[in-house]
This record gives sequence, C-alpha cells and structure tokens, in this order.
Amino acid sequence: MVEELLYSEAGLLNFGIFFLLATVLLLVVLGFVTYAILAERKVMGFMQLRHGPNQVGGRWGLLQTVADVLKLLLKEDTIPKLADRPLFILAPVIAFAPAFMVLATIPFTDKLQFADIGVGLLYYIAISGLTTVGIVTGAWASNNKYALLGGMRAAAQMISYEIPLVMSVLGIILLTGSLNLNEIVEAQKNGWFIIWQPIAFTVFLIASTAELNRVPFDLPEAESELVAGFHVEYSGFRWAFFMLAEYVYFFAMASLTTVLFLGGWLPLPFLDFIPGAVWFALKFTAVIFILVWFRVTFPRLRADQLMEFGWKVLLPVALANIFLTALLKEWLNIF
Amino acid sequence: MLRTEEMLLNVGPQHPSTHGVFRLVLKIDGEIIKEAKPVIGYLHRGTEKLAEDLQYTQIIPYTDRMDYLAAMTNNYILVHAVETMMDLKIPDRAEYLRVITMELGRIASHLVWWGTYLLDIGATSPFLYAFREREMIINMLNEISGGRLTFNYMRVGGVKWDAPEGWIDKVREFVPYMREQLKGYHQLVTGNEIFMNRVKGVGKYTKEEALNYSLSGANLRCTGVKWDLRKDEPYSIYDRFDFDVAVQDGGDAWARYHVRMKEIEESLKILEQAVEQFPSEGDILAKVPKIIKAPKGEAFVRIESPRGEIGCYIASDGKKEPYRLKFRRPSFYNLQILPKLLEGENIANLIAILGAIDIVLGEVDG
Repeated sequence: MVEELLYSEAGLLNFGIFFLLATVLLLVVLGFVTYAILAERKVMGFMQLRHGPNQVGGRWGLLQTVADVLKLLLKEDTIPKLADRPLFILAPVIAFAPAFMVLATIPFTDKLQFADIGVGLLYYIAISGLTTVGIVTGAWASNNKYALLGGMRAAAQMISYEIPLVMSVLGIILLTGSLNLNEIVEAQKNGWFIIWQPIAFTVFLIASTAELNRVPFDLPEAESELVAGFHVEYSGFRWAFFMLAEYVYFFAMASLTTVLFLGGWLPLPFLDFIPGAVWFALKFTAVIFILVWFRVTFPRLRADQLMEFGWKVLLPVALANIFLTALLKEWLNIF
Repeated sequence: MLRTEEMLLNVGPQHPSTHGVFRLVLKIDGEIIKEAKPVIGYLHRGTEKLAEDLQYTQIIPYTDRMDYLAAMTNNYILVHAVETMMDLKIPDRAEYLRVITMELGRIASHLVWWGTYLLDIGATSPFLYAFREREMIINMLNEISGGRLTFNYMRVGGVKWDAPEGWIDKVREFVPYMREQLKGYHQLVTGNEIFMNRVKGVGKYTKEEALNYSLSGANLRCTGVKWDLRKDEPYSIYDRFDFDVAVQDGGDAWARYHVRMKEIEESLKILEQAVEQFPSEGDILAKVPKIIKAPKGEAFVRIESPRGEIGCYIASDGKKEPYRLKFRRPSFYNLQILPKLLEGENIANLIAILGAIDIVLGEVDG
C-alpha cells in the first residue's frame, strides 16, 4: 500500500494519508517508549533486587511512565538567564526529529514499512548522525560548564563510533549487494547474518551501544562525573524530548539490529505459522533485553579509553571483517 | 589559531560523587586538571570544642556523627581513651561485644565503599548488592544497640546493652553467607575488563609519599606497608585472634580495592573466632563511678578504623569534662594527598581517585 502511495500523484488526499500514517507511527513509537522505559525499569529492578515501578497502574506499574510524562509536561519551563535562548529551545527538536525520521525505513514485516528506500541503510546512518548536532547545540546553548564537557564528549564519541558502525555493516552490504533493508532481510533466508557475520555483529552491537550513549558508553551524561552532562540545564518537556530521542533511538537501533543480523521478520525453520510481526517483536525484545542487561552489569569507560577502543580496536576489526567477507564471498560463492 | 582558555570548574559541594559536602575548585584545560583546590568545612560542627562542655558519656553520641559509616570504631576510640586514663579493666564479654560490633561495622563500611565506588565508576548494580548485605549488618547492630547508623553503644567501662538472645547465632550465620556473597562480588566486578582499565594505575603514589602525607589504613597498605594497629599495637582483645593484614604493592586504586576487599575477609575471620570464643556469661560493664572523671593528665590512643588510624587525645584536669579533646581523623589526613594526585588527570579519573581514598565528610570536617 505504501509502495503505491509513494508513486502516486501529489495531492491533498495523499498528503493526508501520509500525515495520518506518520501520526500512527508516532503514536506506536510513543507507546513503545512508554513501555520500553517501564520494561527497562522493571528488568533493572529485577536484576538489582528491587521491584521497580509498582504503584501507579496496578502492581506492574503500568501507568508509571504516563504519570512521569504528565509530571514533566506540568513542570515549569525554565531557561537559564545566560543561555542562548533560540538555540536552547531549538536543540531538543534537532535531537528528536532525526530519531523519528529514521524509523520510516525500518521494515517491521514484509508489508509494514513506511518508506522502502533503495538506500535505506545509508539513509538511517546519515539521518541518525544529525542528532549529535542537537546534543552539541543544547550543550553549548545551556552555557553550563558540565553541559559543555558533556557535549564535547558526545560529539567526540558519536563521530568516532559512527565509523566502526558503518564499517561493520559493510560486510552485510557486500553479501547482499544491496542497501535496501527489505532485500537485506530477504537475503537472510538461508541463515541470519549473525551466523555469517559474527564479527560484524559484535562490532555493531558495541558501536551501537556507544551510539545510543548507553552504559558502558554513557559518558556524555555520566551522572557521577558530569552530573547529567549535556542536558543538565534542561527541565520539563525539553528534557523529556532529549530522553524521548534517546529512547526512540533505542527502538530504532534495536530494530535495525534485528533487521540486519537477526533476520527481521523471518521465522525460525518449521515455525513459520507464527506471523512475521511476532517474530520481529521477539527478536527485537531480545536485543532490548541485552542492552538493558549491559546497563545493569557494566561500569563506565573513560573518555580516552573509549576513543582508543573505537579507533584502535573496533575500526581495524571491522575493516578486517570486510576483507574477510570479500574473500569468503569470492571463494565460497554462497551468495 | 584557535583561542583556548583554562576553565574554572566547581565540583561540589552538591555533586553526586564527592560523597557528601566536599568541594573541589578545578582549573581545567579541556578535561585535563591543571590544579585542584579542595575546600572543606561544610559539615564542620566543632565536635572537639563542644566536647569541652560535655561529660564523657555525653560525648559518645558526637563521635557517632564523625565517621557515620563506622560509628562503632568512633565510639570505641573515645571510651578507649578515657579507659586508658582511668586504667579500667574491661569485662571479657564487653570486649567481645565491642570487637564483634566494630568488625561488623568495618565490613558495613567497606561495603558502602565498594558500592559507592562502583557507582562513581558508572556501575549501578553493585551498590544495591552491597546494600543488601549491609542491611543485614545494620539490622544486627540495630538489634543490639537500638540505632541503625548512630549507635551510641559503647560506654566507658563496657557497652550499654547485652546481646539479645540468638544474636550471636545471627552473627555466626552471617559469616559464611557474606563469604559466599563476596565470591559473587568478585565475579561481577573484580575481573571486569572495563573496571580494571578504570582503576589500574590510577591515583598511584609511592610508599614514601604515602608516609610523608601521613596516609593510613587501606591508603597506606596499598603501597606495601604492612601496618595495621590491630596487629602492630593490639588494643582491646585483638591479640586473641588469628588474622592477616591485607597488603598490596601497587599503590593505585586497584591495590586499594583489593586491600579493602581482603579486609572484609579478614574481618570475617575475626568475627568467626570472636563468636566461637564468646563468653556465655559475664558483665558487660566494669565497675565505674556514676560520674566519670578522668584523672588529671593526658593520653593519646589510636586504633584502626576502616578508614585508617583514628586517634584520640584527651587532656584532663580531673573534672568530669575534658579540658581538651582532639581526634585524629583519618579521612582528613588521607584527603591531603588529593591535590597532588589530581594534577594532570582528567575528570573521569578525578572521581576514581577521590572515591578510592574513601573519605567520610563527617570525619573530614569534624
């Protein structure tokens, strides 16, 4: 359906449909974020001998995040006197918009995809890089020393981890010969790429954790060092936008991992009576769980170690993987 | 050319990782610290001056509030000083209760250090695990003294309360449990590559520097100096127990980590023996006059607190209040080396170094 729409004439009706679909996606994503936060808190609580949210909305705390968001909406909107006002207001938007934009290309099932772009993967990586601009802008505009340090860390980190991230994916592109996410999923019919590309998967998982600013790479907002890093001066809904961006990326990155390495909506053999959406959700949840698990287990790296690791370990490994993949493809001719 | 400038960064007194109201004024170039100036005194309550108007028994609650993570040792240093002046003989049962509570306090204190240090480094879970075990200790101490943090348990001549029924068994059961948990701690944290990278070689100093800066406790033993007052100048009944002194050679945060973890094990050894030897009956308080008066003269005693050597000096003119009271507070002395260690480090290391010193601000500020 989306396919047809994409090639149909421009008009008010089509615009309306697109707008509606985008709203639906936004609502789905917001719904996800609400419950992803709850799930994260519950899983963390489970691992840390706590209960997690258990008051608002029954014993599972089902309405906890909703209440939190309401609280954030009702909070006073404070802007520091010496902050750069226009930039301060703009920054959360710059950070959030790309997070939402990247979701368009993710194929949730073979039918449910909002934009089947030929260079979907490239689009994802290019757009997601923009968020750094929002973070640095916010850090700079706050006119706060801790925020500035956090912003600098964010910029350095996200730029250096973007490169191994892209390099690790190149192996897959070599194997499939396509940047289209749909075709990448189709190519995994005879084996998920986590089997064919284990090195790439490891590099990708590490680099994506760093991209997401999550433990052990949560340096830009290291609360024990920089208090809250780049968003230290933000409060209320502007702060919520940064958090939202973070969690939408969480969603997007987990989806991308599922699509690239875990075969997207493809079922396990003999289990194809279960619909693709369920498979996608299952794999996706597994990735989310692993990332939460990381958060509970690891301490934080130091900024210089992080850089060293990115440039001296991840990048060479990713490059070696490309070389290896090319050799395998030439000799074994599987694909 | 780009213009760069040094930035003045104020860390604390409200900062999550300064462990209280400690303030550091940093001159930084990027993230590299050029100069660090500690500012203390936000928690100063003038304990020593206040004590001059208080009877000896009344001073004990004030000592609770110095090193509030190991209040038992602080209780002990004061009563120990007064007892030394009065030349009192303490009943055995009281001595055992003192040692058991002090060693439990030492474990609790090291557990808090372990948890918060890892929290500083960015791992959130160990904190909660450590507090689970600490909670058990706190509950035991609560049962015997009525307080969870500020116990006010010891008295000149003994202790205030006898152990309730079954209490000794609880301590006995706690020892193997804690050993089991310690294994888990090592599994989760000690072998972690990221953790090792964060602490190895960080905040390194030599034996000479440690001695010159008058460091004590784990901060001294991490440089290879085998000095523990429980062994080298036994007080109370520590000469009756068989235990080792934890020593490491590195002189860095990694060595300090190991010293403290080992100390927990050694404390467990002491606890195990103390519980076995615990006399089934006896007094818990020596015969002391209603109003305690230290004889004219002066005395200085020192003991091993979880943070180092804590000392107490009393000058008395024979009245029921001390003429002058002075505490040697180990956190305060240990903190002195901080500006030297911080020079040239980055902000992430600042947290790792400050945390490894293990200060309690109540003790630093007195």
